[in-house]
Amino acid sequence: MSNTENARTRTIEKVQASLAKRYAKERRFKRLGLGAVVLGLLFVSVLFVDIVTKGYTAFVQTHIELEVFFDPAVIDPGGAGNPDAILQADFRKIARMSLRELFPDVNGRGDKRALSAILSTGASYQLLEMVKDDPDLIGTRQTVALIADDDIDMLVKGHMDRQAAQEDRRLNDKVIAWVDRLEAEGRVVTKFNTGFFTNGDSREPELAGIGGAAAGSFYTLLVTLVLSFPIGMAAAVYLEELAPRNRWTDLIEVNINNLAAVPPIVFGLLGLALFINLFGLPRSAPLVGGLVLTLMTLPTIIISARAALKSVPPSIREAALGVGASRMQTVFQHVLPLAMPGMLTGTIIGMAQALGETAPLLMIGMVAFIVDIPGSPMDPSTVLPVQVYLWADSPERAFVERTSAASMILLAFLIAMNTFAVVMRRRFERRW
Amino acid sequence: MTKVQPIAADPKLTGGDLAGRAGAKPRDSDFRTVGDVRVANPRMTCTGVDVHYGDKHAIRDVSLDVGKNQVVAMIGPSGCGKSTFLRCLNRMNDTIDGCCVTGEIKLDEQDIYDPRLDVVPLRAQVGMVFQKPNPFPKSIYDNIAYGPRIHGLVASRTELDEVVESSLAKAGLWDEVKDRLEQPGTGLSDGQQQRLCIARTIAVEPEVILMDEPCSALDPIATAKVEELIDELRKNYTIAIVTHSMQQAARVSQRTAYFHLGNLIEVGETTQIFTNPRHKLTEDYITGRFG
Repeated sequence: MSNTENARTRTIEKVQASLAKRYAKERRFKRLGLGAVVLGLLFVSVLFVDIVTKGYTAFVQTHIELEVFFDPAVIDPGGAGNPDAILQADFRKIARMSLRELFPDVNGRGDKRALSAILSTGASYQLLEMVKDDPDLIGTRQTVALIADDDIDMLVKGHMDRQAAQEDRRLNDKVIAWVDRLEAEGRVVTKFNTGFFTNGDSREPELAGIGGAAAGSFYTLLVTLVLSFPIGMAAAVYLEELAPRNRWTDLIEVNINNLAAVPPIVFGLLGLALFINLFGLPRSAPLVGGLVLTLMTLPTIIISARAALKSVPPSIREAALGVGASRMQTVFQHVLPLAMPGMLTGTIIGMAQALGETAPLLMIGMVAFIVDIPGSPMDPSTVLPVQVYLWADSPERAFVERTSAASMILLAFLIAMNTFAVVMRRRFERRW
Repeated sequence: MTKVQPIAADPKLTGGDLAGRAGAKPRDSDFRTVGDVRVANPRMTCTGVDVHYGDKHAIRDVSLDVGKNQVVAMIGPSGCGKSTFLRCLNRMNDTIDGCCVTGEIKLDEQDIYDPRLDVVPLRAQVGMVFQKPNPFPKSIYDNIAYGPRIHGLVASRTELDEVVESSLAKAGLWDEVKDRLEQPGTGLSDGQQQRLCIARTIAVEPEVILMDEPCSALDPIATAKVEELIDELRKNYTIAIVTHSMQQAARVSQRTAYFHLGNLIEVGETTQIFTNPRHKLTEDYITGRFG
């Protein structure tokens, strides 16, 4: 009796002794996991903070408010009111003149040129558009906020070091003095940069926008979605529900998984060789981009769609077969509707992946400098991530903030898509 | 294990031949079927059925009749093949890869494993209720209406309404759900769900209903309701039921078949099986010595 009693106390003592060790181990592991999560979040927030602090200024643009005289002698010398002649008029001169009115004491060719360089070349288009919309403006004086050159924009936003030696600056002391005067007169205004969203690419940073790249991304993703969704669904349904399990289907499965791991650039090479060189499709076109991205996203979509089909419990299939539904009826009336949320989630994730893809598109010429906004999937264009790449490569200081701003837009799209996928999965998730 | 002779093929061996075995109960190792596998008025007749899952020999040479308007209960320990055998009766095993069924199974005079036979009408004739209630994640109405719709059994919406009502009424569920036919079938209690599945099966007007442990997921009260229902359904349908519960077999069935390791050990009137089993294995099982 006392022997068993002793043994029991000894067991308890041993358990107690080991307990502290076990708990310490658990705590260590917990801290390790927490540390990993914190580290991950830290990197993500550093990335976000970096991009946002660099990029947020790109959403506003410096304008110079000037009294513009729409001089009939310049715009419409003949007085005929011929619209074509008006469109040919020298609006640069009008912009230049309005600026020179403010600085009558600027003389000499070099200084005059430097003065007119305060305004962007886009300012003349601004005036042209105004006259085109309302020809009655000719002969009147108006206060117009004209878009400033990117160097001025950088100076006003404080991205230029005024302390640096004159030779190391893009603007000399004289120009800085002019801008300071304009600022003192309250003529320097910052406005929301709508052009950033609507314009195509440009060599002038103040005129460059993501409109072209966004349209290109849209067409590319449209082609990708239209092709990869039905093909992926059909492949997944066939492999999961209809195909016999044999060596061939095993081979197909292995190959699909392999395709998911092929480097994207290889898909780009394939697209170049197949779609452009063999089929003669146009280079730089969203159509070809979409085809290449279809090849790339198909494995993702097929794998996730198969997982979604697999997660439909066999009892539903049995129920349908049990009342005499054919195999096709079972799949299309019961299994597919239940698997659809999962399949759509996979598709959205595949699309998000395609939206962020750059490498394969470089190979098919979507990296070209294209000013026009594409109007169809056959027009040459670029896409958002490639636009980021192009701007990151440009030397102008003003492209730095635009690179970050474009990244922000791209990230916003990606986050929106992934959030939608997660929300949808939560919403339609079933517990069997 | 010796190869079991197909007893049914030799009518002399079936039935009352036990006297010829010196009055002793067959030994544990004797897997020949004891009792009369045939009935006077069969709906389904199975002869020499073997089932293989790949290398596994799941059913060994089973012959059994399912009598018209009768309930046949199949009992036996887990893994004895009773469910597998049941799933042969409407070719549900076709959906399992590597499953191979040989032998002859006839519904009335039609060989259901005839390669020319279409399984879709067969499954309309031989309906099935599963172990776990598995209503479609649709409304109660659509659950019942699904079968009649796909088979084109009804011409109009009113006719469909009638079928839904009568099926639910036959399953004893109408009064409980008539006010919420548009609500999802998955929102019902387990017992109601199982009766919904039975209603779904009888909406197609099958000749035979197969039930694979229909009460194993239900509480005792729901079980009692389903058992009552089975007894009621027997008037119009032929029923084969697999059950883990010997009490249930005793309550609902007229004939009982005892399976052991893929062999059909004994068949007989339910009262006889439970009061006076003729095979040693049957006796051991029903007296609770194993299983």
